This record gives sequence, structure tokens and C-alpha cells, in this order.
Amino acid sequence: MPRGPSGSPARAVTVRLAKGREAAAIPRQSGEAGDAHARAAAGHVGHVTRPAGKDGAAVRPATRGATAADVADAGKAETRLRLRKTSAEGSSTFMAAAAASLGLVWVLFERVLPFSGVVGFWVCWYILFLCLYFVMARLQWDRLEARNRLAGVALGTGGVLVVVIVVVQVAYTLTRGAGAVVHTNFWTRSMGFAGPKSPMKFGGVLHAIVGSVEEIGLATLFSVPLGITAALFLAEIGGGLARVVRTIVEAMTALPDLVAGLFVYVTLILSLGISKNGFCAAVAIAVTMMPIVARASEVVLRIVPGALREASYALGSSQWRTVWNVVLPTARSGLTTAVVLAMARGIGETAPVLLVAGYTKELNANPFHGPMTSLPLFIYNAVHVLGTPDYVERGFGAGFVLVVVVLALFTIARRVGGSAPGEITKRQRRRLAREAAL
Amino acid sequence: MAVALTPHVQPGPHPDDVPRPIVARATGGDRVFRGILRSAGLAVLLITLMILIFLILRSSSAFQRAGFGFFTTASFQPETSNQFGIAALLPDSALIAVIALTIAVPTGVATALYISEYAPHAIKRPLIAVIDLMAAIPSIIYALWGLFWLMPRILGFDKWLSHHASFIPVFRFTKTDTIGNYVGAMFIAAIVVSLMVIPIVTSLSRQVFSQAPQGEREAAFALGSTRWGMVRTVVLPFGRAGIIGASMLGLGRALGETIAVTFILTPLTYAFSIHILEGGGNSITAEIANFYTQYDAKGVAALLACGLVLFVSTLIINSLASIVISRSRSGALTAAD
Repeated sequence: MPRGPSGSPARAVTVRLAKGREAAAIPRQSGEAGDAHARAAAGHVGHVTRPAGKDGAAVRPATRGATAADVADAGKAETRLRLRKTSAEGSSTFMAAAAASLGLVWVLFERVLPFSGVVGFWVCWYILFLCLYFVMARLQWDRLEARNRLAGVALGTGGVLVVVIVVVQVAYTLTRGAGAVVHTNFWTRSMGFAGPKSPMKFGGVLHAIVGSVEEIGLATLFSVPLGITAALFLAEIGGGLARVVRTIVEAMTALPDLVAGLFVYVTLILSLGISKNGFCAAVAIAVTMMPIVARASEVVLRIVPGALREASYALGSSQWRTVWNVVLPTARSGLTTAVVLAMARGIGETAPVLLVAGYTKELNANPFHGPMTSLPLFIYNAVHVLGTPDYVERGFGAGFVLVVVVLALFTIARRVGGSAPGEITKRQRRRLAREAAL
Repeated sequence: MAVALTPHVQPGPHPDDVPRPIVARATGGDRVFRGILRSAGLAVLLITLMILIFLILRSSSAFQRAGFGFFTTASFQPETSNQFGIAALLPDSALIAVIALTIAVPTGVATALYISEYAPHAIKRPLIAVIDLMAAIPSIIYALWGLFWLMPRILGFDKWLSHHASFIPVFRFTKTDTIGNYVGAMFIAAIVVSLMVIPIVTSLSRQVFSQAPQGEREAAFALGSTRWGMVRTVVLPFGRAGIIGASMLGLGRALGETIAVTFILTPLTYAFSIHILEGGGNSITAEIANFYTQYDAKGVAALLACGLVLFVSTLIINSLASIVISRSRSGALTAAD
């Protein structure tokens, strides 16, 4: 059954058949609204009745030269289809449903029924809101259109929810952590001389920051070359083995990070007899980072245009020359994004380092000897193992540092990865122009 | 005519003519290069195999001690008795993962549909960035947030659920109805885990939805469909396998989540219970994280056996997921060689 996107049943609209430019020449004063018959009689415009929806495009004025007044004049009979715009009815229905359900749920939740809790309040509000919105939409529009609008609102909730969760999480960690990071000693001291009940003036997380930096550096060193080479294998060589490797890489991307820790624990610590140290932690982080690098890099390498490769082959270069001089430079920004995102993931890994890094309150800058604390490990111990108020506050302080680092890495990754492979920035274009001019 | 201008050609091949191979022979450098790439691919396989082999080797003593009882015993004191097993740990882990998925999959799919079909152009990219950021936030931050922000705020809702929805067995509350007994429940852990699964489900299914063929979308509109009708008849059927695959990857992630679960759960007994609102409950990952320092060699072997079960189950789930995705119509477009 043909229906217009506005959901109205097939209805008659007028369609103008303009004769050349003459339609545009209708004088302004003749156009009182609804005065179409007079003009039809004047022979400028003919009226034809057609069902809408069959021929949606015909609804708009046929001549480009029609004046604004002319369009407004025809507005009564001809409504232009608006596919994706918000209308006053739409937004006021939305607001009214939200406000009405808020009031109703407040009365019910707080006054009538013995409920409590913030989360419960908003869950009830949301369910009531959807019901009210559907009822109000149904009063104005037909069933299909009301359902369409309800679906739009319900799906949009997902987006709103995600944004709210991320904002609340980041804001909560930053505000709770702000109390700890304002102390200078928090940045310049380790917990070495601080006892379990020392106030916030003593001790800091310098040892954890140093540990995190060294571990992530080593892990990047191990995982990036292997990850990118594996991605090159998947993208440039392919074949049956590549298909198996791709399946495994995808499975390893979602591998529990705890298992990476267990792996290093059984190989390096139990089998080789190395004591717990920063190096083991770095290897464990590398095991979790490698599949992320490989998968993200493969996606980037795949969108390098095949024509560039073929041009390189046509000039007689070998495969590895092509990869080295054409494919990798073209994909550079995407590869950087992959690496930086993997670093952001790696720096927050807790479960792998938990098993293999050991834990110390002292500053230990040597990753190959003695236990090493990283920021996530410090938070884990401060909150879960010790759990005194001061330690929890220090844990949030370390969380502050971690969130800021992750946000910074994430921003860098977005900045670098904003351009498609082979796309050059303004600065690069200027440089190329300068070089060409020489 | 061109044919007339060519000299007379002898029929049949000339004895000196040999077909020239059109594939260039690999140079020495190329062979080395291909070898390096191939060995990197093999190294990935080797790491996975090594994880499997070493875990099997190191946990074999635990399997020998517990025997088949490892899968049927609902108790885990490997140091003192030979009767220990994962009959309580694994179902608890699975229950948490399933609850997390029931929250995360509808939310994630809705968000993905909103981004790919409904969102105005101006907020599409920022929303995708937020989803990516959500995936990049460390799990320890989720854990802190869940323990200190979410837990106090959700207890009232838990209590309300147990009072008014107790006709559903999982929401029944069998303990004394004090607010303290709601603390550290599997339900709360599952909510935090679900937040970590949402970005996986969203980004994967968004990619699949955005590949739904433009022609079919326009055909639906041309037949007079509303936007929701188009989504229901074109986009969702096209992306069904993608949703399934994304959910399975999410399941793997949810089973393996460690830190948030460890922070929030307060394990009391080794007994499987489906009453998710009650405090208590275990998970394989929390068990490993809590006890790996306290146990002796026998106990560690038992924990490694748990880790092996976890690894094998997630590896199977994840591999199935990627096969489902690549076999589907939507996946065939992207993963084709």
C-alpha cells in the first residue's frame, strides 16, 4: 500500500504542469493563498490530481524559476516532503512525553510507591516515557508513522546512554582523583616511605608512573613489529595459511587478558624460572597488544589502493620494494593510529600484569630485576587489597593519571588517523609544492 | 584491412616458440621478504599454540588429581582436598556473561542502528569516537566506577526488583532482606561487564549495517516504507549474522573479564545460585585473581586448569564468531581474499 514517508495515506495533491518559464512570471499580487483556480483559468498552470507517494518528486514545484511567494502561495495544496527534518509537532511531542513521564514517575516513585534508588527512578521514567510517547504519537499519526517515531527514539536512547556512561565515568574518575593529584608529592614520591595509614601528604605514585611507561615502551617494542609484519602477511600474501591466521588473530583480539598473564606466568616464571619483574609484565602486555595491532593494521593495509601497488610493479620493482616504498608509506597514518590505540589499550591492562609483575611500594626503574608496579596494578592493590580511605583516594588519583593518558593517546590516534591512506595534509601539500618548485 | 597487411603466417606453432610465463619470478629479496612475513604469521599461530600447550602441561597435575570430578565438583579448595572443580565457577561466569549480553546486545545493536541509519551527519562521527573511546577506557576504570559510583546507586533498584519482579526466578531473593545482602551481587558485576561489551557489539554491528546495499534500502523506501520499516526489512536481515558474530565476540569478552568482576563480587560459598541479586557468587577469573598469590604449587596448578578451561572456551566461541561473520553475506564483502 503506497504511503508517503510522512505516513499519510494516499491523498490527492496538486501537481503543476508549468508551460516553460511562464509560471515564474505570475505576478505577486495575483497570488492570494488558495487562489489557484484563478491562475488555472488564466492558462498559466494546469492542475492534475495524483496520489502522493507514487510520484514523490512531483510534489515540488516543477519550475526552478518559481518565486518564494509563489511557493508559499501553493503551500496549502502542495506540501513538500520532509524526509529527515525535525518538525515542531515532533519535538513538542517528544518534550511533552518526557516531561509528563517525569512528573508521573516522580509522583509514583517518590510519593505513592515505596521505591528508592536513582537507577530505578530513571529506568521507570524511561519505560513510562516510551509508552507515553507512543500514545501521543498515535493520537496524531497513523500506526506506521507512530511506530517509526517510537523506533527512532528508542534507538537514539542507545546513543544517548553510551555518551552519558562515558561522560559520567570519565568525570567521576577525574573528580574523585582531583583530591589526590593536587598534592605535589603525589607526582614526585613513591609509596616507599609511606605506611598504610599515612595521610595524603606522604607518598605518591611516581613508581607506578615509571613502571607504566617502561612496561608500555617494552611492550610496544615487542608487539608492534610482530603485529605489523603479521598484518602484512595477511594483506599482501594471503592464501590458506593467512585465512587460519586471520581467524586466530580475531579470536585472540577478544582473548581474556588474564590468559595472557597466565601464559607468561607458566612460560617465563614457572618454566624458565625468572622471578616476577617488569619485563614479564611487558611481555604479557605485548601478547594482548599484538593481535590488536595486527587486526587494525590489516584493515588499514587493505584499503591501500591496488592501483598504487600495480603502478609500482609496472615500474619493475619487486614485492618487498613495493611494500617498503609504496604500501607502508601510504598507510602510515592508519598504522600509527593502530599502534597508538593498542598502546592505549595496553597501558590500562591490569589482569596480565597482576599475575607476573609482582608488587612493590618502592621505585624500581630496572624492568629486568625485581617487582615493578604500574598504574593499574597500583589501583588494584590500593583499592582491592588495602582498601583504606586514603589508599582509595590514591587509587583514584592514579585513575586520574591513567584516564588522562588514555584520553591523550586516544586524541592523538584520532588526529593522526583522520586522513585516509594516501591523503595528504595541507602542510604536506605545501612541502611537496616547495620541493617541486626547486 | 589489417589482416591483409600481415604477412602470411605458417599454421601451427613455430618450433622455437615457448609460452612466456606472465608471472614474474620472485627475486632473492622477495623470497626473503615473503619468508619473513610468513614466519610472522606462523609466530602468531605459535603463540596461540604455546599458550595452549603450556597451560595443558602445567595444569595436568591438577586434572590428574581431580579427575573427571573437575567438571562436576562445586567446590574449590585444591590445596586441602582432591575434590575440587569448576561446577560452581564456570556456571557463575556464564551466568554473568549471559546477563551482561542481555543488556549489552539490545543496547549495542540499537546504538549501531542509530549511528548508521538515524543519526544526523553532524553527530555521526563524534558518536563513533565515543564508542571507540568506550572501548579504550581501561577495565580498571570501569571497575572503580562500578564499585564506588554504580553500586551504592543501584542497590535501591535491586531491592525494588526483588520485591516486585520476584515471580521471575532469577530475581527472587532468598536471604534476609537487608540492603547489605544486595552488595557484591552478580547482577551488579554483570551490568559493569555489559558496559565493556557494548562497544564491541556496537562497532562490529555498525560496520555490518553500513554495508547493507543502498539499492535495497531505496527499494524499500520506494515501496512506501517508513525508515523503521526499511531498517526492519533490509538492514536487520542483512546484518543478522553480524549481530550474532558480534554477540559471540562479546560473550568471549564477558567470560574473560577479570578486574571489574573481582572488584565487585564478594564470594561467599562455592555454590551455584541463579539468584543474581544476592551478594556472593564467583567467577573463574575472580578466583584466579584472588588466590594466585596465596596458593602453593598444587593450588596454582588447579588455577591454571581453570585458566585453560577459560582459554579453550573463549577461543572456541571467538573462532566460531569470526567464522559466522565471514560466512555471512555481509562478511563476505569485507573478508574476501
